[in-house]
Amino acid sequence: MTATTTTNPRPPAARRRKGFRPRDLLFHGAVIAILLVILYPVAWMLLSTLKPSAQILGNADLLPSEVTLDNYVTALGGIGGVSFWTFFQNSAILAVGSVVGTVLSSAISAYAFARIEFPGRRLFFGIMIGTLLLPFHAVIIPQYIVFNQLGMVNTFTPLLIGKFLATEAFFIFLMVQFLRGLPRELDEAARIDGAGHVRIFGSVMLPLLKPALVTTSIFAFIWTWNDFFGPLLYLKDPELFTLPIALRLFVDQSSSSNYGAQMAMAVLALVPVFVFFLVFQRYLVDGVATQGLKG
Amino acid sequence: MSRVLERPVAPALPPTPPPRRRRRRNWSDIRAGYAFLTPWLLGFVLLTAGPMIASLYLAFTDYNLFAPPQWVGLDNFTRLLSDPDFLQAWKVTAAYVLVGTPVKLAAAFGVALLLDKATGGSGFYRSAFYLPSLVGASVSIAVIWKAMFIDDGPIDGLQQFFGAAPGGWVGDPERTMPMLVLLSAWQFGAPMVIFLAGLKQVPRELYEAAEVDGAKARHKFRHITVPMLSPVIFFNLLLETINAFQVFASAFIISGGTGGPARSTLFYTLYLYFRGFRDFQMGYASAMAWILVLVIAFITVIFFRSSKLWVHYGGDEGR
Repeated sequence: MTATTTTNPRPPAARRRKGFRPRDLLFHGAVIAILLVILYPVAWMLLSTLKPSAQILGNADLLPSEVTLDNYVTALGGIGGVSFWTFFQNSAILAVGSVVGTVLSSAISAYAFARIEFPGRRLFFGIMIGTLLLPFHAVIIPQYIVFNQLGMVNTFTPLLIGKFLATEAFFIFLMVQFLRGLPRELDEAARIDGAGHVRIFGSVMLPLLKPALVTTSIFAFIWTWNDFFGPLLYLKDPELFTLPIALRLFVDQSSSSNYGAQMAMAVLALVPVFVFFLVFQRYLVDGVATQGLKG
Repeated sequence: MSRVLERPVAPALPPTPPPRRRRRRNWSDIRAGYAFLTPWLLGFVLLTAGPMIASLYLAFTDYNLFAPPQWVGLDNFTRLLSDPDFLQAWKVTAAYVLVGTPVKLAAAFGVALLLDKATGGSGFYRSAFYLPSLVGASVSIAVIWKAMFIDDGPIDGLQQFFGAAPGGWVGDPERTMPMLVLLSAWQFGAPMVIFLAGLKQVPRELYEAAEVDGAKARHKFRHITVPMLSPVIFFNLLLETINAFQVFASAFIISGGTGGPARSTLFYTLYLYFRGFRDFQMGYASAMAWILVLVIAFITVIFFRSSKLWVHYGGDEGR
């Protein structure tokens, strides 16, 4: 569909050269050297958590001379009487809730933008694209004031409501692009069979939209999981804390020499993100490559 | 993005005139359209447009959440202009945007050019380089970054190994900004993946034609790669610039929630947070929020205006 004589992407065969050339060795050497520098902080983080706290600083060795799990025991002990698993559970509830809300609301809205003709559609689509560039600071203060007056500060509601109302324009855009690529004949055939928009959306479009739904789910999960500002603003009771703000509290409260436990908790907070990365890296990287989603 | 890259083939047949029934308003479509649009419309009115209007009003008031807002006219704005912390916040943010974004994009472009030459393993490299972008904005990485740059941390160890004076970067107001710029540059993976996708779209034929004409590598880079990639460069530059204005978690964690040392990490977002949610000066913070919106809008307009001069939506000049 995209191939024309002038914009033909390189055929894969042309990229595959036969035989070994010294240039390849140079290339791989250079890339691996950069990779080592880039991944050094990750390796240092992982290995430091296995060292006794006293050995983390002032010690150039990457590998621990003695392996201990004490840091993880401390981190899993939680903060101020609240267990680590409570934070984990709060993060999980918010992340899963966000995925459900974002996927549902974005898919429904995207169907309207992509497949139904009605007056005002172009205008609203333009506005939706405009909100992509809007900094969230423009809305956060009145939102906080209203949620405060409704007594919703210190609940998950302010953090979830926007997800159910399709405020993440990027995901709508992603799905609109995807739906526009599907042939018109699908809708027309379904219409001739007597299907209305609800049927067309639910039985025809939604199953075909699956790749975009998966990409959206992964990014929505990770963004919510790592979100710091929202929980910092709305969650005051440590029982409701998500992992990022719990980690911040932990860092503020623990003595500065206890880096081992701080880093162990930082690692634990990233475990689901690493798991998602390992399982879904193709979806993640392709999502970035084709839609410009950022990490 | 993909609309830029995926140009549909020009239709072979002249377009048929739309059937007459299309002209008539289809009420069931209109009803369905607005029904399906409801989630977004509600979200837009309640969580975006409404709050924006409210914060525009609040920007001209004095409001602390407890007493009703007091209209003060332009007072917040005149106070901002003589507020040394506001000016410092702009200085810090501008330095981060102006240095951090080019450094990050240069790294992304450089590594993308390298990976484009890959003769294998590029899928693995792409994923590995992308990992920091996925985790970089998290509190966890900010905690690690702080530990790396603290006194006696690995960076301090490295600089002592090379004979530099000992001392961490975290407590040194001169070096907190380089430290945050490095953290930003470390996350070059996402723009790199986008550059790489763009590079794959550059037609081989252009390079081959240039080689026939005897073009050297730098000529090909200057006259083929850069112009062909200019839409992608534009996209990355706009996105990364706007994102750089909004950095929060890393500066908050690394400064221990203070913006210090010596206000060297007092980013605009941090100062806005302090004013709005620590001091509860909602009117003052709203004025700050609107100034940020206007600055970002202005920069976006400049970017789009300037794009006419240097962005080539190529591919069909020959037709």
